[in-house]
Amino acid sequence: MSFDTARPLNPWRWLGLPALLCVLAAMLFATPIRIFGQQLPEPVFPMICAFAWAVIRPSILAPIVLLLMGVLLDIFWGAPAGLWALSLLVAYAGALTVRNMMTGQSRPMMWAWYAGFSALAMLAGYFFTVMDARTPPSLIAVFWQFLATSLLYPFAHRLIDRFEDADVRFR
Amino acid sequence: MAFRQDPFGELKVPLTWTAAVALIVCIVIAAAVLLSDRRETLEDKAYPKARQVVDVAASKANGVVAAPTRWAGDFFGAIGSYFFAASENRHLKKELLVEQGWHDRAIALQDENERLRAVLGVKTDPPIPMVTAHVVSDSRGPYANARLADVGSEKGVQIGFPVISERGLVGRVVGVTNGASRILLLTDVISRTPVMIDRTNARAILTGDGGPNPKLDYLRGRDPVKQGDRVLTSGDGGVIPRGLPVGRAVKGLDGAWRVVLDSDSQAIDWVRILKFTDYSQLVNQQALSTSTLPPVITEDPQARIVADQPAPKPADKPTPDADRPAKPADKPTPKPADKPADKPKPPAKPPVKPTTPAGAPQ
Repeated sequence: MSFDTARPLNPWRWLGLPALLCVLAAMLFATPIRIFGQQLPEPVFPMICAFAWAVIRPSILAPIVLLLMGVLLDIFWGAPAGLWALSLLVAYAGALTVRNMMTGQSRPMMWAWYAGFSALAMLAGYFFTVMDARTPPSLIAVFWQFLATSLLYPFAHRLIDRFEDADVRFR
Repeated sequence: MAFRQDPFGELKVPLTWTAAVALIVCIVIAAAVLLSDRRETLEDKAYPKARQVVDVAASKANGVVAAPTRWAGDFFGAIGSYFFAASENRHLKKELLVEQGWHDRAIALQDENERLRAVLGVKTDPPIPMVTAHVVSDSRGPYANARLADVGSEKGVQIGFPVISERGLVGRVVGVTNGASRILLLTDVISRTPVMIDRTNARAILTGDGGPNPKLDYLRGRDPVKQGDRVLTSGDGGVIPRGLPVGRAVKGLDGAWRVVLDSDSQAIDWVRILKFTDYSQLVNQQALSTSTLPPVITEDPQARIVADQPAPKPADKPTPDADRPAKPADKPTPKPADKPADKPKPPAKPPVKPTTPAGAPQ
């Protein structure tokens, strides 16, 4: 076994690469096309990272990368700067708080936890938008985005599976 | 003892607590960024450099990253066109029959309209210059509905310019940089657009809420709108020209009147940005500022006094009556009788050509 494989929790591998893939996926889904008359959904890809990073282990870098990723997506999507950064950090903080309760549970149960924290992020975004724009966003539009985001759990599960046991201190 | 190269190598901090502190600091920073954002304003300064840089980078990068998605969309579009060609042909034939009647009527109305305009002397608005742009990205979430177009300040695009597609109004420009423009859609939560109902001329404010059908707020009057009424821009406020098609009114599930947008009927990949600032650009400002006024003719008061008085006889002595003006009503003199009788009258000047208008007393 080489020394590199003995230290699998490389920040680039569990933080940098997933963050980059999430940003690229968000850009891909922002293409203005229609397939059979329907627009592409707009899931919040960084929610995968916000949930999986909190489950894998506490980290100093993770909230910083989430902050940067959130601000970048806010600017890319034309949203108020800080809206998604704050919403993702709220979901990350929630997941980190109940991390001990979640670890070791079955995949459907983890999916339910993931959907719950996605709903928390959406709720935070709804609340911040009401405060910022003085107009409540459409709940139907919020629900569709929540649904599209919840369907992304398999990617979060893969990330958790790969790095969950990497740091023996937080098993 | 070997020299320790990294003096902080053995320093251990409690990771959980440090991570918690990092999280709290990040939350505070994100909240500060959110509070300092001024997305709803239409000022140049409210569109910071960071957004400009990301817009330029995204307009270039998204064309490359999204290419596979666009190819897939074209592929599915081709499949759809192939399978639905027959039904679409039938639908188009029916539509063509209806449109033929409208076409004849439009020609008759256009002719009548031109004649009436000529009789009334109505001046039509000059055409508004526009720029065609390619939309490279599109955000459709509940909290932001915006598009990124690939033309910017190098083509004269400015903040506030309205944007239309081939079907109707799309939104307006809220951010410009060199090579990219950010378009705020009518459906965004901060979008407010003055509109009117074509049938009743009733005014309303089209308010976006992140959903596909924005609301009609502040409707006035009794039954100002019916299902299917056409909604146009009213031009109130001067930000957007009057009469641009917006959509059709429908009753929403929540009981509010909403609008099915014309521009939403198909993908918006090309848009036109109208170079419209306000109504003042519709008139020739240079002609207004360089208009010539008629010449101002000023009166020489001294010449008028002389002209009003009768020329004295050389042999007569001056009498008090002689000082009295010939037409007191025309030029009132305070107290002509109080003047000393022996005061010599000023010598008569040679006749001066008065510069008064022709009707003035000579």
